[in-house]
Amino acid sequence: MNIVVCVKYVPDAQAERTFDSSDNTTDRANVDGLLSELDEYAVEEALKIVEAGEGEVTVLTVGPASAADAIKKSLQMGAHRGVHVDDDAIHGSDAIATSLVLAEAIKKIGAETPVDLVMTGMASTDGAMGVVPTMLAERLGLPAVTLASELEVDGGSATIRRDGDTSTQSITATLPALVSVTDQINEPRYPSFKGIMAAKKKPVEHWSLADLGVDASQVGLDAAWTRVEAFTARPPRSQGEIVNDEGDGGQKLAAFLGEHKFV
Amino acid sequence: MAEVLVLVDHVEGKVRKTTAELLTIARRLGEPSAVFVGAGFDAAKDSLAKYGAEKIYHVEGDVLDYLVVPQAELLAQLVASTSPAAVLVPSSPEGKEIAARLAVKTESGLITDAVDVQAGEGGGVATTQSVFAGGYTVSATVTKGTPIITVKPNSATPEEVSGAAVDEVVDFTVSDNAKGAKIASSKPKEVSGRPELSEAAIVVSGGRGTAGDFSKVEEFADSLGAAVGASRAAVDAGWYPHASQVGQTGKQVSPQLYVACGISGAIQHRAGMQTSKTIIAVNKDNEAPIFELVDFGVVGDLFAVLPQATEAINAAKG
Repeated sequence: MNIVVCVKYVPDAQAERTFDSSDNTTDRANVDGLLSELDEYAVEEALKIVEAGEGEVTVLTVGPASAADAIKKSLQMGAHRGVHVDDDAIHGSDAIATSLVLAEAIKKIGAETPVDLVMTGMASTDGAMGVVPTMLAERLGLPAVTLASELEVDGGSATIRRDGDTSTQSITATLPALVSVTDQINEPRYPSFKGIMAAKKKPVEHWSLADLGVDASQVGLDAAWTRVEAFTARPPRSQGEIVNDEGDGGQKLAAFLGEHKFV
Repeated sequence: MAEVLVLVDHVEGKVRKTTAELLTIARRLGEPSAVFVGAGFDAAKDSLAKYGAEKIYHVEGDVLDYLVVPQAELLAQLVASTSPAAVLVPSSPEGKEIAARLAVKTESGLITDAVDVQAGEGGGVATTQSVFAGGYTVSATVTKGTPIITVKPNSATPEEVSGAAVDEVVDFTVSDNAKGAKIASSKPKEVSGRPELSEAAIVVSGGRGTAGDFSKVEEFADSLGAAVGASRAAVDAGWYPHASQVGQTGKQVSPQLYVACGISGAIQHRAGMQTSKTIIAVNKDNEAPIFELVDFGVVGDLFAVLPQATEAINAAKG
């Protein structure tokens, strides 16, 4: 089973995230970054599948030099090798262009050894559109089973459990397929000391757009099919009235709701 | 005037409120055309007409057995045949997948999770999104192809405008390529009788402070006719179903009123509720970060505060 896990290096959600006012893109230079928390679940699940059988886990990221940290963390967790697509032209790419670069990189990985499974987290924690996995499947012509809370890979198929609003579904796709996972699926491991040492010797390939046969005009801010016109910081919410419950907290709460016509 | 395609969200023909909102938004951009897939067309027709659908494209058959791909194929076919001004899809997980595939198929720009959509000044479509856990508001436009927008619930007030609702059956065949993933089985959830979380005007959520007992949270929610949500801590502990999780990896809600009970208010939770109009918290810990956001807060034990409030509200209602 050869698995490619797509991971993203994102600004830390605990930090003050903002935009670069020169081009309205996410500010990635002045905010500490890390492997998107939601991608750790995909790395963990891929490792579990390979550990239960055989095969390799390749982690793939598209991003600037700093994004190497996302690969490093994944390798420390136990992934076998990394692929880092880094090209100045990629800066400002939207989901459409990102999915193009990922798709071409996966095709190149698959040219050596066929890829059985492409795995992703449910969304990034920065852009958080949650559409790249599906776009990637569309570009690769793969079936996609998304938002898996459980995953079973068996011979030629992947079966997931998905918790919907009105039902819990079991969904099956024939391999090769793309699977995105939720934070319900597992508990990602922490890298062990051994894992951290071993990661230093693991191979990481660096590819440019030219290596993938992608023209620079197809990516980046100028090629984006949407444009951010403006961004404004939401005014901080001013703290309202806080009361201590002295036996009448519930009454006061009900009174507030009444005054504001919620009752 | 150009058509605006609205993908109808329904359960067996019972049209959800989000669709009425989308039809209302569509009217700002052009002539609303509903796209209906699945069973229950006759039941849906009247409510689609009531909110201004001029046309209803509809397909019956096995389209829904194969998840989202056939719906994306159908919309791509309709985009080609009708050259719409925009395609509006609900911002549900399925809606976003359909929109993502449609964007690639039609080489069109996609904007997700819009909280407002208006006609652009020089034509086109101007959207508003809330990003970085509600910390920023972004206005954006689509610059290529047909604008494809996924719209969050509660982004418009549905307006009743009578539409012609001309029925157009679409000749559509699911491609073999779309049949790679299939729903093997589906187990319906128990019906709570409460409003749906992402559409509700009032949401009451419980967290770690409930210690697993949601009864007081539910009784309080019922006194307000509210939906019940849960923090990730409560869901991870198995106290409440995942479908009720509010936060970054659960539902993002934007109700008129959000009441957080025994929830500390980590950034991941705030990402799911920060855009609520009015926020109330009940928490024993006066240092809980949730209090930074609130319009009204009670520092106290939810097991004392909520029942007292519930009783007072029920008494006031008579």
